[in-house]
Amino acid sequence: MHKKQITVALSGLNNIDNPGPGIPVIRGIRESNIFEPRIIGLAYENLEPGAYMHNLVNKTYKVPYPSDGVDALIERIRYINDIEKIDVLIPNFDSELFTFMKSADILKTMGIATFLPTFKQFEERHKSNLPKFGKKYNVKVPFSIALTNINDIDNLTDDFEYPVVVKGKFYDANIAYSKEQALIYFNKISSKWGLPIIIQEFIKGIEVNVVALGDGKGNTIGAVPMRKQYITDKGKAWSGITLDNKNMLDLTHKIITDTQWRGGMELELIKTSENELYLIEINPRLPAWVYLAVGAGQNLPEALVNLAMGKFVKPFSNYEVGKIFIRYSYDMICNVDEFQELSINGTL
Amino acid sequence: MKNIIKLKTNIAISEKGFVFDPTTGDSYTVNAIGLEILEMIKQRKVFVKISDMITAKYDVEPSSFEQYFFDFIAVLKQMQLIENNDA
Repeated sequence: MHKKQITVALSGLNNIDNPGPGIPVIRGIRESNIFEPRIIGLAYENLEPGAYMHNLVNKTYKVPYPSDGVDALIERIRYINDIEKIDVLIPNFDSELFTFMKSADILKTMGIATFLPTFKQFEERHKSNLPKFGKKYNVKVPFSIALTNINDIDNLTDDFEYPVVVKGKFYDANIAYSKEQALIYFNKISSKWGLPIIIQEFIKGIEVNVVALGDGKGNTIGAVPMRKQYITDKGKAWSGITLDNKNMLDLTHKIITDTQWRGGMELELIKTSENELYLIEINPRLPAWVYLAVGAGQNLPEALVNLAMGKFVKPFSNYEVGKIFIRYSYDMICNVDEFQELSINGTL
Repeated sequence: MKNIIKLKTNIAISEKGFVFDPTTGDSYTVNAIGLEILEMIKQRKVFVKISDMITAKYDVEPSSFEQYFFDFIAVLKQMQLIENNDA
């Protein structure tokens, strides 16, 4: 079968101990039977490993941080697009999604397709809005509040019992067993990700996740539940296994239908010993473990590209249960010339 | 003791004694005799039948086997490998 040549630009090339989803998304797209992709990496840092993985990434361009604003980003994307003629752009970081969502129409005029959540979907699933989300969609969520002032930690015991989970608005979460620990984590996380800090009720149970893709019309294109088997000190899955869990899939279908979710998503859930599922987070993009879904029979990155290009995508009806991913680290040997090229010229 | 103990239907048991619960992702290993007993439970054999077969094959008193058997069932229950309303 003749494969269609397309150019896909992606971020999230930081394939480190807390990896971005870029490389696994690329692997899915590269395994497509439909596309022959040219992959353009969008890197924020000179040492993002993906930039040096030439078997996966054809060319990498440095891009400005989202905090530099929409104009700087668009100007850079316009420059890259003039050279590369990008068909689809997949932002893979939570922190850049808002900027890309805001720029979706401009990108469209440049011939670049995206498939992102709407502003409403993006906003209402924010960690700080989770209690409202749970109430609106009748989903069990842990009680949580958003703090903007460190002094509010003093009053936490009015609403919570320790331990509590201290979370950043985009990333990071720590369990605090005392006020002193809560203060430490508040400072540590807010210095990195800003305010607010979310204080969440600690739910005891097993951490399970679902990677899913919604078509924006209430249909679930694919969904694969996973249990983390090995968790790093950063709370990231180093190994996980696909599950046959109807409750998790029913919850995913319900959330996608009720919110009319558009794009990739990851549901982070806690399963209690009574088999209740608590939603602790919705990440509005495909997660770094998405390649497990590809390995289990659902190539969600390929489906995402198809949706972005306006193609009809038939929902996946099954996946293989008991598939395991095991992450590993690997030292690449690179020439300093390459590092220099990316550092000085912003391309590699 | 005439009740049939029902293993959850989707539990996978390999011939080498690897037990996998696809609902939770938990996996366990059982020794050869544990595997024999699990297979008999899977075949819906009642306790008396299982006891007869095991005590005939191995050097164990029926009263001792009964105790070991129900300890084993308690562990399976704790691991949520058998249906709730049984045993």
